[in-house]
Amino acid sequence: MSTDVSADRIPIKLRAEALEQLLVERGLVDTNVMDSFIKTYEKDVGPLNGAKVVAKAWTDPEFKARLLENGTTAVAELGFKGPQGEHIVVVENTDTVHNVVVCTLCSCYPWPLLGLPPTWYKDPAYRARVVKEPRTVLAEMGLTLPESTEVTVWDSSSEVRFFVLPQRPAASEGMSEEELVAIVSRDAMVGVAVVGA
Amino acid sequence: MTGIQAASGVADLGGAEGWGVAPLLDPAEPVFKEEWEGRAFALSLLSMRISGTNLDAFRHAMNRLDSEHYFDDGYYGRWLYGAENLLMDSDIIAPGAVEARAANMTGGHVDEPPAPEPHKPEYTPTAGGSIRVIEAPQRFRVGQQVRAKIMQAPGHTRLQKYTQGHVGVVAIVEPAQVLPDTHAHFIDENAQWVYTVSFDSKELFGPAAERFTLNTDLYEDYMEEAS
Repeated sequence: MSTDVSADRIPIKLRAEALEQLLVERGLVDTNVMDSFIKTYEKDVGPLNGAKVVAKAWTDPEFKARLLENGTTAVAELGFKGPQGEHIVVVENTDTVHNVVVCTLCSCYPWPLLGLPPTWYKDPAYRARVVKEPRTVLAEMGLTLPESTEVTVWDSSSEVRFFVLPQRPAASEGMSEEELVAIVSRDAMVGVAVVGA
Repeated sequence: MTGIQAASGVADLGGAEGWGVAPLLDPAEPVFKEEWEGRAFALSLLSMRISGTNLDAFRHAMNRLDSEHYFDDGYYGRWLYGAENLLMDSDIIAPGAVEARAANMTGGHVDEPPAPEPHKPEYTPTAGGSIRVIEAPQRFRVGQQVRAKIMQAPGHTRLQKYTQGHVGVVAIVEPAQVLPDTHAHFIDENAQWVYTVSFDSKELFGPAAERFTLNTDLYEDYMEEAS
């Protein structure tokens, strides 16, 4: 297999600094723009967005219906759109169905709702195995599903981005939408965990 | 050939053996574990712009890395190497320029190659993003049995090896999108319908496989009628 990159390995941190310096000194890259990209995904766009969508779906049946009918327009009602969110399909976990999302070819992920993907999502073992033995992989990650549960794995290969609507825990009865936001975990919105109250 | 991945790229991991135990969840991990990861992330996004390329070309620029460069520095490592590929493809930076600068930043005194004359691809997107409105009718319908073609020509693709040759059922008609296989090489947007297709696990992996359904998106060019 060939590559254009020199085989002389230099530390990746130094490599990033060298490339940045080369591009900045020629006026091709503005470090302020770089900083704003980084800050956006460190501070503004993350799983809190997805948690707000889930909490609203749990408390507003009409929103939930719109969300499952057209995820893209429903999440845009809350202001969530942008790169890696061109077309969002929301799939619902129930008593009998469990959905889990992967991208075996790279690590496609619904950025506007969840931010940038966590390390486990990008791990080769997850990418390789969850499409072949999802029940085993989920159990290794801490989620053991009953054999009777139907498991559906969604492998993101186009620009469609899949988002899991987790089941609302019974113990969350009576919680406000705001309280519900706080219990929804990122990992449940990808389908490798469930929401506990 | 430089710039074109082999038919079986390093990135096509679905179903691969030998990767060991599944990763552990870490709900508290920072978005960027080290500062350079954020720099590499931002540089990569900007490199797509500077090089006059596109997201599919960027994915392809990563897929044609060897396994050492693809895996050893993690996700943002392959982003950075992919970005460098794009910048060299479009003659924004010269081969060896990053290595020479890195050497000089760490006390070395080496000549750096001059910046080349840029040659960006002759390519103008017809719209932003990847979704397109097209006139062509949908060749397949929900509920129809289809087969994922066996396609092993060199070049970019989003058709995973593990689905090739297998029969599934159309579950969702998705919006029409540019075809990554041609878009990555600036040949044509080739916008076409995309379908989420459901495969039975035993169809994909044999009778001993766990019981589950695998849904994935197939571009119309990847599909043929199965019945």
